Amino acid sequence: MSTVINTTDAPRADVQAGPLRAVRGMVKGTSARIGLGILLAFLIIAIFAPWLAPTDVHTATCGVFDAPSPHHWLGCDDGGIDMVSLVLVGSRISLIVGFTATLVAMTLGGTIGLLSGYFGGGTDVVLMRITDYFLVIPDLVLMIVIAAVWGPSLSHVIIVIGILLWTGTARVVRAQVKSIRERTYVKRAQTVGASNARIIFRHVLPQVGPLLIASTVLTVAVAIFDETALAFLGLSDPTAVTWGTIMEHAFDRTAISAGAWWAIVPPGLAVALVIVGCYLVGQAIEDALNPRLKVAYLSPKSWRLRPLVGRGSDAV
Amino acid sequence: MRSGDYVLKRAGFAVATVFIALSINFLLFRVLPGDAASNISRVPGASPQLRQALEAQFGLDKPIWQQYLLYLKELAHGNLGVSFANQQPVWTNLSEALRNTLPMVLTGTVIAIVLGIATGVLSAVRRGTAADSMSTNLAIAFYAFPTQFIGAMLLIMFAGIFPAAGMSDPFASNASTMSHITDLSKHLFLPVLTLVLTLYGENTLIVRSAMLETLGEDQILTARAKGLPRRTIIRRHALRNAMLPTLTMIALSLGAVVTGAILVEVIFSWPGIGSALYEAVLQRDYPMLQGGFLVITVTVITINFFADLLYFRLDPRITS
Repeated sequence: MSTVINTTDAPRADVQAGPLRAVRGMVKGTSARIGLGILLAFLIIAIFAPWLAPTDVHTATCGVFDAPSPHHWLGCDDGGIDMVSLVLVGSRISLIVGFTATLVAMTLGGTIGLLSGYFGGGTDVVLMRITDYFLVIPDLVLMIVIAAVWGPSLSHVIIVIGILLWTGTARVVRAQVKSIRERTYVKRAQTVGASNARIIFRHVLPQVGPLLIASTVLTVAVAIFDETALAFLGLSDPTAVTWGTIMEHAFDRTAISAGAWWAIVPPGLAVALVIVGCYLVGQAIEDALNPRLKVAYLSPKSWRLRPLVGRGSDAV
Repeated sequence: MRSGDYVLKRAGFAVATVFIALSINFLLFRVLPGDAASNISRVPGASPQLRQALEAQFGLDKPIWQQYLLYLKELAHGNLGVSFANQQPVWTNLSEALRNTLPMVLTGTVIAIVLGIATGVLSAVRRGTAADSMSTNLAIAFYAFPTQFIGAMLLIMFAGIFPAAGMSDPFASNASTMSHITDLSKHLFLPVLTLVLTLYGENTLIVRSAMLETLGEDQILTARAKGLPRRTIIRRHALRNAMLPTLTMIALSLGAVVTGAILVEVIFSWPGIGSALYEAVLQRDYPMLQGGFLVITVTVITINFFADLLYFRLDPRITS
């Protein structure tokens, strides 16, 4: 995730109108709209999944690994359960795990980044050291160890993912808060005697808002990815229907040697789509916050406009 | 700061990180209550002698802090305990697994980095063109696909063409060196391809955004104003600077490499450290689990340390 350099001294006008509205202004352009559309679609699917699913996900309605047919559009899994229903219902827990784990991570990362950047000094040194340690230790391995020791369950998966995914956010938030703290309007608030809490909540947090939202969206993608990985290693709740466990079941029960690609492709595509959606939205906000990305001195278009030289080829 | 100081500082950080990882390990397996068989001497089917030896070595009847010291002392001697599954020392099991993992992971990572830098730079300097959007979209897609999904797709696509599991053909054990190498590379193909596809997307996106950021800097405008050829600007002025954030990002994405490697090994039954970890999870083989965690963590920390040193060589400003 790129660091954000914001050199303006005054609070951004759009941010003053509230971080959510500011983010809405940033999510422009085709790719950001596509991303937002994907996420909204999945949110709707997750909410209405039990009504949308054509069959029950706990009763077999067709044969083992039946191929896609007009009755069962995406075929059936190893237990004769309709894949369409599985993927629709699976969206619920997958998204819940993704969002709750992210909530844990954002609370941790946001708080640590805020405290570290705002107070500086010793607090900063200690908190950033801890962050650096967590940044280096490979996430999944520690997740595997913790999940294995605690036993497989959904709440463990959520906690484990949450307490390991906050480092990036903490660093980005810290950098941003450090620069905000030096701006004149914050200095002014300090001079007139505003308390730290008031400055943080009224002046700093709204400015960090868009960044935190970008970070959240990007973290949701990683959290969902990690859930499928943990599920694949048998560390998620085996009875819960998530995209991760659907893939794990299929893989475990020889969907591959049976050539039953339809038992793996739909949940895999669903995960990929959600991640793409998160990435497009998160990246759009980050790009909007980074003024340096707006200029491109070497873009082929502007290069061709170069008036003086009649060079033949601009090939790289 | 002089260069010696910098190296020392980074080395100190690496050692401290290893120490913290060791302590987390101890805390997880010995102190925190849980349904984990926290007693590492409870090797199933072990002889009384082995059990007594382990209890004495790790001081399991002593207070926690003494156990901690003993644990560190045993670690310093390379003693990670005894595997529940095959009753071999954990280190013996793991060192063999590590030897199997390295060729696969190194090949995959290097290819993914080279590919990522090439496509990332190309799409940054051709920003906004069809080639850029195609390459970026492809990178996002591969970044988004779960590793096990890519692996499963390749397995189905290449069923019968490339071997699907293991590291070598079990029926060709005493063949010549040459055929052994061909055999190994055939087995390497699918796992390495999966790893490359999982990792290259993220690398491309990282390099592209680092490069775009550098291309927006004033020095590039200056270089253009001087009338330097495009190729020179890209190579000397943009690429060099963009390499710095790229290196950091790639070093930090080592965690992703480890994740990918574990999943790839499980999918293709590659007898490496990821599979060892997976087996340990399935069999609740706690000493192997601890040992695997330590070996992987220490490896990642060491590589990060070398990345820091490389960064220092690339960017002399770091001393000031």
